[in-house]
Amino acid sequence: MTGGPQTRLLDERIDSYATHQISGFPVRPGRPLPFGAARVQGGVNFSVYSTHATGVTLVLFQRGEGQPMAELPFPPSFRIGGVYAMTVFGLDPEAIEYAYRIDGPFDPAAGHRFDPHKVLLDPYARLMYGRESWGTASRYPDSAPYRAGIAYDDFDWEGDRPLCLPSRDLIIYEAHVRGFTRHPSSGVRHPGTYAGLVEKIPYLRDLGINCIELMPVFEFDELDNPRRDSVHGQHLYNYWGYNTLAFFAPKAGYAATGLHGMQVDEFKNMVKQLHRAGIEVVLDVVFNHSAEGDERGPTLSFRGLDNCTYYMLTPDGRYYNFSGTGNTLNCNHPVVRGFILDCLRYWAAEFHIDGFRFDLAAILGRSPDGTVLPNPPVIEQLAHDPVLRDCKLIAEAWDAVGLYQVGHFPDYRRWSEWNGRYREGVRRFLKSDMGITGELAMRMSGSADLYRTRGPAASVNFITSHDGFTLRDLVSYNEKHNDANGEGNLDGDYSNYSWNCGVEGPADDPVVRALRDRQVRNAFLILLTSWGIPMLVAGDEVGRSQLGNNNAYCHDGELSWLDWNLVRENSDLFRFVRCAIAFRLAHPALRQIKHHDAEDLPERWFPAVSWHGTMAWEPDWASHNRLVAAMFYAFDGTSHDCVYVAANSYWEELDVELPRLPADAAWRQFADTSAMPPLDVHEPGREPMLTGQSHASVAPRSALALVAGHVRSSNTFHPEERELWPSMPRCG
Amino acid sequence: MELSRHTQGGVTVIALDGSLDSGTAPGAQEDLERLMADGQAIVLDMSRMSYMSSAGLRILLLVHRRTEEDGTKVALASVPAEIRAVMEATGFLDFFEVCDTVDDGVEVLT
Repeated sequence: MTGGPQTRLLDERIDSYATHQISGFPVRPGRPLPFGAARVQGGVNFSVYSTHATGVTLVLFQRGEGQPMAELPFPPSFRIGGVYAMTVFGLDPEAIEYAYRIDGPFDPAAGHRFDPHKVLLDPYARLMYGRESWGTASRYPDSAPYRAGIAYDDFDWEGDRPLCLPSRDLIIYEAHVRGFTRHPSSGVRHPGTYAGLVEKIPYLRDLGINCIELMPVFEFDELDNPRRDSVHGQHLYNYWGYNTLAFFAPKAGYAATGLHGMQVDEFKNMVKQLHRAGIEVVLDVVFNHSAEGDERGPTLSFRGLDNCTYYMLTPDGRYYNFSGTGNTLNCNHPVVRGFILDCLRYWAAEFHIDGFRFDLAAILGRSPDGTVLPNPPVIEQLAHDPVLRDCKLIAEAWDAVGLYQVGHFPDYRRWSEWNGRYREGVRRFLKSDMGITGELAMRMSGSADLYRTRGPAASVNFITSHDGFTLRDLVSYNEKHNDANGEGNLDGDYSNYSWNCGVEGPADDPVVRALRDRQVRNAFLILLTSWGIPMLVAGDEVGRSQLGNNNAYCHDGELSWLDWNLVRENSDLFRFVRCAIAFRLAHPALRQIKHHDAEDLPERWFPAVSWHGTMAWEPDWASHNRLVAAMFYAFDGTSHDCVYVAANSYWEELDVELPRLPADAAWRQFADTSAMPPLDVHEPGREPMLTGQSHASVAPRSALALVAGHVRSSNTFHPEERELWPSMPRCG
Repeated sequence: MELSRHTQGGVTVIALDGSLDSGTAPGAQEDLERLMADGQAIVLDMSRMSYMSSAGLRILLLVHRRTEEDGTKVALASVPAEIRAVMEATGFLDFFEVCDTVDDGVEVLT
């Protein structure tokens, strides 16, 4: 049977009427799931968990009002288990804000810190009110600073789906939503917002990255930093946002439409437009701690809802601090596990997010008492969740108290890791440390010592991230310069493995400047030819500096924003990085999925990776040696792909013997970081033939990348032919 | 929200006056569907709109989708700057033909 009347009948629910009146509002017992606030026929269903509460009250506000318009205590009959649920009829979801007041014991030694005087934010809030406009003091009283709102969940995606790019093909670009376009030079109509980021998609496409990793976008309070800049006296921010308030709510202060409560639509449109451009979206998520700090911190949400469920507590009820921020979320408590899973499913399903990077993910492997678990339930659950199956899961596999799990994070064949050892190894090589060639070789070939069973794509390779020096500063400063952070330069990492090339900070000496330019190119060339997933930080491709500040989390200004004038000023560097990205994508030899050779075909020219020195096939791992030469090779049954990279961190020029190619093949030069632009790099597919095929010279502190091309082919490959290239004859 | 209708060059021009939000959206949707029932091309004159909320954006898109099914063409005209910025940032503007003036809208649709 079909037809309108029946459809209409099914539109009506037999339970859409009130059974009670509370504080003047018609209500009925609600549905406990899903948690949070959901539109239902004729009203809104509210559901919140607290297993130790003695009483729960729904607090309703007219949108924008300081004081509540009504408080509705949940009758005992509205509780199922530890969940309080109520449907309130006649509410206009767009015109209200809501929060909770929870009563229960205040007994810190037993883990309870209930305080019915506090108005608490729903952890499942899909919208948060109280921080709609970046950097502007809240209009709400301290008694109820943050409230939840009810978001629309309909959106016209026009067929968009997550992109599901193969991990081995990813090139990740780490960016801060505000910092990316807030600088006046960005020229966008909506600076510092999701919409502003959309306006810069052509730039991202031009650069060639295919995955953007956004630093925290869940609601946080950028004004919760009490420190002042001791140099300039200015108020400092919590600019990076690793202090989450509402895990389901995109930050309104990053939305051009945040004042209108339309951040969900604006965020979804950003994802849709990025996907159209072939760019995946990965979110940096912070489940290791919350914005409530320790005993001295404010009671905003979890602490007042059910402290001993949500936080890891010592036997006497104090906060474990594995995160370095005062508290630690109790990630392996079943309720918190459910919360994390609900949250990520929501972002994956509702926002089409392609993956997640987990801040201080080692904490996800701790039990409620802090013990490191061999088989952590939450990590396993995320690995095998059906909704998250295609999402990239990336662990920052350490925490703030020394648990370092790079290479042995419980991965369930799903998780990849920020490879901290890659960062350190490449940095030490770049500054010409002794005894580091073997380490660099291991890192460039996908860190088989760490990821042999998982493959190179388990390794997210990076030399810089938001945390630490920018790449330009890595070659311009020996020491961190964090005086403006208000902590007497005591904050920030001391182990930077940086080298200033002879002068600390900005330099006029053209020799120093040229060396820095070369070192930056060396870093990019190594990063983009290594096995594993490369990640670069927004701005590094145009030489962004933070004046030696390696912990700029608290600065909202020139220091932390991307100055788009650099794109013009450093167009040579941009071109180098753009070409290196295109080169990587053109060469399967650089994007292996396994560490070992796939098949031992007789037609293969070479192993998948081989090592060389000044003599071909004779690598030198002696501690005084500073040359690493790698040859990466792939054969798919018809085409040979072969790339040779020589990196010299010695201060003298070295002559290297090149591996001999089959008769029909010849070495072509893709990049030489010692050459002046535009000869430092060539468009992939248009590399000129190397004049001498048996030897090449690698200049002091520079790197060379060659590709094996057909001996008779001209230099007229076009970029669109990249996918066909290289097409080599079979050997023999 | 007040709606008024007139015909200009064979095109229906519907002027929206006031705020389109969750309070006014259901009535406005009903009015729009009634005024658009004759299948003529339509220009929505938004010059006197003071505010558009999420609910308003959705009504506009729903109406647009429905007219698309009927093969009716719709253009937005004289969209106030703030509303235009909101529609642009959320991507809703991409769905519509947008014209500076009602006259432009009539011209585009005829």
